[in-house]
Amino acid sequence: MPASKFGYTLSEPRVIDYEANNRQIAEYIFEHEPTFRLCIECGACAATCTAGQFMTFSLRELNVLLKRGENDIPRQRIKNCMFCGKCILVCPRGVNTRSVIFHAREAFRKTEGYERL
Amino acid sequence: MQGKLSEKPKAMKDFDPFVIPFNIGLYFILIYSVVRCVIWFRQLSRADKLRLQRGFFSRAFGGSLKEIFMESLIHRKILKSKPILGYMHMSLAFGWFLLIVFGTLEADIFGKSHLNPPYKAIFFRFFNPEHGTTLLAEVWEFIMDFLLAFILSGLILAIIKRFMPRAVGMKKTTRHTLRDKIALTALWLVFPSRLIAESLTCGAHGSGSFLTGTIGAWLNSFLPVESLAYPFWWLYSLSLGVFFILLPVTRYMHIPTELFLIFMRNSGITTGDRAGSFYEVELHSCSSCGICIDACQMSFVTGITSIQPVYLNKALRNNEDVTEKAYNCLMCGRCEEACPVGIEVSAVRMIQRRNKTGKPLYENRWMGYFRERLNHEAVYNGTGRNLKLSSNIKVRKADTIYFAGCMTHLTPGIKEAMLKIFKAANENVWFMDETEGACCGRPLMLAGNDREARELINFNSDLIWKSGATRLITSCPICFNVFRSSYYIDAEILHHSQYIKYLIDTGAIRFNYSHKKVVYHDPCELGRIAGIYEEPRDVISWVADLATVPEELEKSLCCGNSLANIILSPVQKNLIATDTIKRLTAPNPDIVATSCPLCKKTLSKVSKTRVADIAEIVAEEISGVQGKRTRTASVNIREMVDQLLG
Repeated sequence: MPASKFGYTLSEPRVIDYEANNRQIAEYIFEHEPTFRLCIECGACAATCTAGQFMTFSLRELNVLLKRGENDIPRQRIKNCMFCGKCILVCPRGVNTRSVIFHAREAFRKTEGYERL
Repeated sequence: MQGKLSEKPKAMKDFDPFVIPFNIGLYFILIYSVVRCVIWFRQLSRADKLRLQRGFFSRAFGGSLKEIFMESLIHRKILKSKPILGYMHMSLAFGWFLLIVFGTLEADIFGKSHLNPPYKAIFFRFFNPEHGTTLLAEVWEFIMDFLLAFILSGLILAIIKRFMPRAVGMKKTTRHTLRDKIALTALWLVFPSRLIAESLTCGAHGSGSFLTGTIGAWLNSFLPVESLAYPFWWLYSLSLGVFFILLPVTRYMHIPTELFLIFMRNSGITTGDRAGSFYEVELHSCSSCGICIDACQMSFVTGITSIQPVYLNKALRNNEDVTEKAYNCLMCGRCEEACPVGIEVSAVRMIQRRNKTGKPLYENRWMGYFRERLNHEAVYNGTGRNLKLSSNIKVRKADTIYFAGCMTHLTPGIKEAMLKIFKAANENVWFMDETEGACCGRPLMLAGNDREARELINFNSDLIWKSGATRLITSCPICFNVFRSSYYIDAEILHHSQYIKYLIDTGAIRFNYSHKKVVYHDPCELGRIAGIYEEPRDVISWVADLATVPEELEKSLCCGNSLANIILSPVQKNLIATDTIKRLTAPNPDIVATSCPLCKKTLSKVSKTRVADIAEIVAEEISGVQGKRTRTASVNIREMVDQLLG
């Protein structure tokens, strides 16, 4: 009997494996945009986001994933940002959010090249 | 004329080895300038070549000559804004030019033969030490001495400026590279060594006018002037030679290049959006005068003095990595407004932002004497895939579209005010981004991501076409600029200040007069970039008392939160905003008015005085009874036709 018909599903074990993860991108951003550290993941940026209305894009999610070093989702979604700058204006912590995205793109470009983005 | 017979027996008087450094330098720089200009001309696009050819055979040619005289020699723009600095530039450029002209004529009139080689004119005194006995020659000598004194006065100012910029009205002067410093020293040595060499020769022969004659006679009283003069003629020739040889690889390349730039610009050539010949000419026309450093708010408020156009241009000439310089800029346009050479510095910077490879666009060859454009593959900023925009926006047929813009949604006061004005004017308007709206695309463009911006532009254009609107009103000057420049739509684009002005002119809205004192802050995007200064002021003068501040119109300040700057930290942005609001509230206004939601948001954060958009100021004064308009009738018929057709 397939697991889906059983009435319960089996979840993948959800462990953040810092040893396997690649924090290179986050380190690059920390270095070039220190305000990235100030983020408290409140989600105000994601709530106001223009791009988020049309596409799957949440800066909060990307921040969390980048800091964990799980770069697969950020790599795909970081391009969706429209750079409109609403997130900076609503950020309660004064994170330079556009700079975070700009440097994340730079980091992906520098470390992994264009092809994989 | 005079002394022909007496001088002829001396064979050495026709030539002396000390002129060799000068001759090498002069012929080198003349040939180099011609070759460089030919290369630049060949690299122009075909259309630009035609423009330049037409420019040479039209009225633009006269305009160019006039501009060269007024700007390259007299330095009128600098004289107007900073008289002492202007005098310094004028004395060095115009004085030197006149010295060459009068020197050449002198050698031609008083020399042994006509059409002399240039060294005969430059070292005229050496070859004609006894010159200056007839009346005409004496007058001529006086002019030559006067010109030399004129240049030397400018030189003294230049030396003062280098060590105490504030004395000549500049906050900061430009930092130089080693090569620049050597060339600068050579240039500084040219005129004092000429003065001393001429004075010594004059002292030995008892000739010379008020400057060289007097100093010469004085030196003659206690020095062996005859033997001392020769080394100083060598120094004069050497410093000229070194200056000419170093000229192509230093900022002094602007002397020949600026002439070419003026001809190109007056023929209608513009920088465009990619690096080319004109861009190269612009880079080399930058004289590193440092006026842009003074104009830059990031320089005088936050103390960042590495990113101004003078340093950007210099770094580009030296093929350095300019990523940080290119992105750390508010793009407010104050430097472009202040640039005395008229270089399109914002366009040059945008080319760097679009260059996503991070590599320089050019490579220096032969120690920088020649440059070669590198061919990069077209690289887009990391995406290479299309944005997939899925939206639920329901298009409504309307004559007028209101596009509030992202920033207006964060300052809902402006949005509410505009809706009230639309209602008062009885306008049939479709609020395009009421519930959800895509960005206009300009922020992406400013970040150099034109291709992604084009996708947003297509998305928005599609909605606008479908609505069949003939007029698009936006509250955000940032959106306004991109709608005007990059959208292919049939609608007329209006900023809301223009629209309110139109409503007032047609009598469509009426409101009270508030008697409040208002200072208007010109947003960079609406003022310097879009060139709209009058309409917002007209609107304010209908509703309140408009006070003036020194920093307005073309000289207006940036609020500091420009979307163009990605690097600048929020703290630094706040510093700029605080400085701006301090200057704007100097006349103690009741309201600081602006017409940009981003400026409003930024300034109101740091201001004790109320900051309001002009739409809000007008909407507050709108009372119940309004003027009648019959615009809606035509729209109703149109809607009926649409319904009938299905």
